[in-house]
Amino acid sequence: MKKRLFCLTTLLFSAVCLSACGSSSNGETLTVLNYGKYFDSDALKMFEEETGITVEYEEYESPEEMYTKYKAGSIDYDLLCTSDYMIEKLIDEGEVQKMDYTKIPEYKNIDQNIIDSSASFDPDHTYTLPYFYGTVGILYNTDEVDASEVDTWNVLWDSKYEGKIIMENSVRDCFLVPLKQLGYSLNTTNPDELDEALDMLLDQKPLIYAYFVDETGDEMAAGNASLAVVYSGEAAYAQSLSDKLEYSVPKEGSNLWIDSWFIPKTCKNTENAEKFLNFLCREDIAKMNFDYVYYATPNTAVYDNLDEETKNDTTIFPDKETLDNCEVYVSLDEEGTNLYNQLWKTLKSD
Amino acid sequence: MNRFKREFLTGPYIVWIIGFIVLPILMIVYYGVTDSSNSFTLANIIAIAEPIHMKALLLSLKLALVCTVICLLLSYPLAMILNSMKFKHQNFIVFIFVLPMWMNFMLRILAWQLLLSNNGILNTVLETLHLPQFQFLNTPSAVVFGMVYDFLPFMILPLYNSMSKISADVIDAARDLGANQLQVFIKIIMPLTISGVLSGIIMVFVPALTSFVISNLLGGGKVLLIGNVIEQEFMQNMDWHMGSGLSIVLMIFVIASMAFMNSHNKDGEGTAVW
Amino acid sequence: MVKKTISRIYMALIFLFLYLPIMVLVVLSFNNSKSRVKWGGFTTQWYISMFQNKSIMDAFTMTLQITLTASVLATIIGTLAAIGIQAMRRKGTAILLGATNIPLLNADIVTGISMMLLFVRFTKLGFSTVLIAHLTFDIPYVILNVLPKLNQTSRSAYEAAMDLGATPLYAFYKIVWPDIRSGVFSGFLMAVTMSLDDFSITYFTKGAGVNTLSTMLYTELRKGIKPEMYALSTLLFAIALILLFIMNFRSSRKNDINN
Repeated sequence: MKKRLFCLTTLLFSAVCLSACGSSSNGETLTVLNYGKYFDSDALKMFEEETGITVEYEEYESPEEMYTKYKAGSIDYDLLCTSDYMIEKLIDEGEVQKMDYTKIPEYKNIDQNIIDSSASFDPDHTYTLPYFYGTVGILYNTDEVDASEVDTWNVLWDSKYEGKIIMENSVRDCFLVPLKQLGYSLNTTNPDELDEALDMLLDQKPLIYAYFVDETGDEMAAGNASLAVVYSGEAAYAQSLSDKLEYSVPKEGSNLWIDSWFIPKTCKNTENAEKFLNFLCREDIAKMNFDYVYYATPNTAVYDNLDEETKNDTTIFPDKETLDNCEVYVSLDEEGTNLYNQLWKTLKSD
Repeated sequence: MNRFKREFLTGPYIVWIIGFIVLPILMIVYYGVTDSSNSFTLANIIAIAEPIHMKALLLSLKLALVCTVICLLLSYPLAMILNSMKFKHQNFIVFIFVLPMWMNFMLRILAWQLLLSNNGILNTVLETLHLPQFQFLNTPSAVVFGMVYDFLPFMILPLYNSMSKISADVIDAARDLGANQLQVFIKIIMPLTISGVLSGIIMVFVPALTSFVISNLLGGGKVLLIGNVIEQEFMQNMDWHMGSGLSIVLMIFVIASMAFMNSHNKDGEGTAVW
Repeated sequence: MVKKTISRIYMALIFLFLYLPIMVLVVLSFNNSKSRVKWGGFTTQWYISMFQNKSIMDAFTMTLQITLTASVLATIIGTLAAIGIQAMRRKGTAILLGATNIPLLNADIVTGISMMLLFVRFTKLGFSTVLIAHLTFDIPYVILNVLPKLNQTSRSAYEAAMDLGATPLYAFYKIVWPDIRSGVFSGFLMAVTMSLDDFSITYFTKGAGVNTLSTMLYTELRKGIKPEMYALSTLLFAIALILLFIMNFRSSRKNDINN
């Protein structure tokens, strides 16, 4: 009996080894690093089928995590997608390759307005390709929270929602809330202002249900919390699951972010990376990803063909008034980054 | 000659030990005592005294202790019951407790999330029964709960193992000599199972002390253990020197708790796994 | 009698505690609704659609590859090492066993990080680094399972066989192997279980695109779980259950005959 089992496992083992050789013999690969829940896996499969390139797809949760993964140098990434301030930092450090837009014909679909907006982190627009943009705001359950309460961040300090509030589990998106509430810039590195913000967050901690990023939508839809600080797309995703949820960007202002793709210095095969970028700018793929992530797409071909209801959905596409009230993150110097990290650890360990 | 040849068989393993056990630990020590300019410093190790790290370490110690005590209290009676049932095959007991591990750990924790969340299954049941509901997830207690769930088999198995080795004759003899049940328990069973208790404690306490996954999944980002601090230093703050320094401290704690247990374990079989 | 009832209830409660989450997952794998808490009727659709889900299937085959390769190699290296250790002098044995205990007793996070530091220094992270890491924590389980069996075997029988002209390999196969077989096998099973369930060490040593079920679930858990995942793990669990039951049944029958 045992002997037979051994034979069986050995057989299984060699079969597995063979299949391992079989699948990796193709050769052409592309290593991509992207936010979690940010690319439709069906679209990835289509890309692999169309081009024969195997995509090694990695995900991360916060820009800080992405920076570490990239800088560790243990994996050579070919293509990365992240947020404005982190791209600025990487460009400053000389980690980003110039992009040859002529190799990406579908680039024509990208909205010129968004390209202009990304000048804050890519001044001459030579490095990046915009992917999605959006805001940070409050997602609330209409059964428990009145719409009139959520026009201010202050509602997140209301003790009647004890144990019902979700905050962002990402350092800058978390500090953004008290900084805006106090009327400061969300790019401040002034230690006094940041200490004030930290004190507010420490006061708030007993009221918090959890610090989440990608879980927020499902938790809100399940009714486990009443208020959550979320990205606009996460809010729209949650709304698709539950009709009791609404999204609001408080009057004190918030963050407008633009996530973009770029080709890092470690890229081994620029041609494949360009193929991938061209692929995701294609109307059908951009539409698939838009339907998957619910963020505002800079792809005009997709936008023009949307129905009026979606176009007018201010959760997904923020109106001009909201946008004017929003600030874009800029990259922090090393001292600022360390200060934020320190404050973040202090908040979490309390 | 013959003997010499057999010793040779450890060759591959010795290479393995040097390459993948000793060398990695030397790497951690190297990173732990240097700074980013590669010069010697003890700052990364002393950093454990910073209030943030101290808080995390104390919380880890507290939760690990609570978890170990709960596991011990739950397992001891169970091991006695199992032992009294006289299964024909001891393997069956091991099998029952190892079996849940074949369902992925992440999914089992997810199942608890589903059961315990505010609008989860248990609360829904309570609601239909018109009983008060509870809020439990994302607290330190939830983290302890998850740890107890995950590590309980590691307490039960060594306990059961040491208990099943007690010969029934010894207990019968004590009974014949007039000992009552309590006396039998205190004078016979407890001393004879102490090595099982000690190895159980080690096998629960160490992973509980150093866990970072359970607190991430059930703590809602609010419970920062020393394992989480180390993970953050490596995965987010990109401070490998600090992370290694703190890891060294953690290793010292692990070694210290094992040395403590071993010194109290006269039988010398304490660290046997099953 | 009362005491017996209480102990029965107590035991049932502990088993409920251990198996309740598994029951929940099994039930959910047949739930015709994506919601985690509502019952939407019975379905087997997740058992079909899981085979079409690329990320699940990739992680599944990756897990199989790593677990089986690591366990088989660990069983070979570990068994050889155990035989060698038994033949060694006391001091050598003590040192080697001490080293064997390190990956078992050290914190997972420290083991993972230390290996990551090593790999990052000398190579790139990928499939092979995960495999090496798994081997490192699998080998000790094999050694600790084989060594006690080896110590029970009689040295003189082996030496007698050699004196009578058997080659070492033949003597090993005829004399030693029958005695240690069960130890080797339980060591192998232990290695499979540990590899299958590991998260921390894989998490720190994996390269891009290398995902075992554990690491995939860790990222997927945050994004809202797919019901296919329940189906896959129910299936795995059922297979493990059946395999282990068959083995237990067979070995107990054999024991009965021997008795």
